[in-house]
Amino acid sequence: MGEIDITQDLEKNRSFVDAVIEETGSDIRQCYQCAKCSGGCPGTFAMDYLPNQIIRMLMLGMVDEVLKSKTIWVCMACNTCTTRCIRDIDVAAVMDDLRKEAIRHGYTEHAKNVIASNNTFLWTVKSWGRVFDAGMLMIYNMKTSNPMNNMQFALPTMLRGKSPIIPIPHAIKGVKEVKKIFEKAKQEGK
Amino acid sequence: MPKYALFPGCSLESTGMEYEMSTEAVAHALGIEMVEVPGWNCCGASAAHMTDHLLSLALPARALAQAETIPGVTEMVAPCAACHIRFAAVEYEVGKHNDLLGEINSLLEAPYTGKVKIRPFIDIFSNPETLAQIKSKVTRPLTGLKVACYYGCLFVKPPKVAAFFDDPENPMSMDNVISALGAEPVPWPYKTECCGASSSLTQEDVCTKLCNDILKIAKDSGADCIAACCPMCQSNLDMRQVTVEKQYGLQYRMPIPFFTQLIGLAMGLDPKALGFKKLFVDPAKMLQKVGA
Repeated sequence: MGEIDITQDLEKNRSFVDAVIEETGSDIRQCYQCAKCSGGCPGTFAMDYLPNQIIRMLMLGMVDEVLKSKTIWVCMACNTCTTRCIRDIDVAAVMDDLRKEAIRHGYTEHAKNVIASNNTFLWTVKSWGRVFDAGMLMIYNMKTSNPMNNMQFALPTMLRGKSPIIPIPHAIKGVKEVKKIFEKAKQEGK
Repeated sequence: MPKYALFPGCSLESTGMEYEMSTEAVAHALGIEMVEVPGWNCCGASAAHMTDHLLSLALPARALAQAETIPGVTEMVAPCAACHIRFAAVEYEVGKHNDLLGEINSLLEAPYTGKVKIRPFIDIFSNPETLAQIKSKVTRPLTGLKVACYYGCLFVKPPKVAAFFDDPENPMSMDNVISALGAEPVPWPYKTECCGASSSLTQEDVCTKLCNDILKIAKDSGADCIAACCPMCQSNLDMRQVTVEKQYGLQYRMPIPFFTQLIGLAMGLDPKALGFKKLFVDPAKMLQKVGA
């Protein structure tokens, strides 16, 4: 993190911070840095900033730093922070919103795996109405150039009858309706 | 006879199939009618809510609308916590924003009205009447079995959304069920700590560390097994236990049965029919302990 003119940053990015507040329904300006969110967060050991620091940085308008952070992608959405926040801030929803904004701004350095996983997951749901485990894993592995990832579980899973030997996806009856939900949601989002 | 719409969710068709087997067997033995939601679709889970807000509500809303077509059903259960929270989120958000219902329905073929409500899955067993019924049907008490009840995140957190009736930090509903079976629920501090299942693919090291913490604390608390109520947590702690053991050079061999499997076991049902053979960590020692 280089030198930052906090006053200017705040002015420049006020609209972004207001949008986060609007989108999440949580007034982050109410945060008084008790750090309970960070105390309970199971992912802090892998983060570059603590959750309470992310909130403070947002309040100071440090939008680029927040969107480029590793923290927002380490967050596993367990909602412990939201549950414990004494100021009623939905910290997990803020993280969710920041992830979407990071993608929109093209800050995806720490997000490659999560984006590949989410997109593959949703693609199987759109195609067949339900998750297609085996297909999802294979495509995810190709996208992340790690073909043997999790393959050690394939045989034990088959032996327990939990996955077929030759995985074939089956579409649900209303798959066309599900496809429409995806298409319409995409239009709305534009 | 209580009747519920059942939303199995994608995991109960694959890695969590013993959860569905035991749920059906136990419901049958207790005279609870479960009707599978016709043509149910995936709830979108965390992938949808990380991607698009409206999509993340419309997918579960469609499944709820499908449940509304079942005659005589007013409540739906989702044994998977990751699914449960998405349905609860639909009800919570629709209740908070007036125009959201219309927006969601503009994406759906058949409208979602909200007439079928989501009910926390554990509650259909832990409510006082059913609990008394379970107690009266115990033929193989799980005497001496020490159980760490693991609730995970999404049945209990965040409480405002999850519509859970129990304490998000120290829930007791599953513990009460386990007590009714004659087993001994151990007090332990990791009941609702995250196991990292949502990141098992994307940041495996983080996930492995969280699993190790949970397994270690359960073991240190004297547990013979961890009872799970979410197929994501269960598969994470069960299937990936071997990864944890390798990485940390430890030997847990801690069986991770679903709480419904333990209910069935105590009610004298056949362990095979309850899917005990489907578990990755061999539960033989644990079954021996209760004479099954």
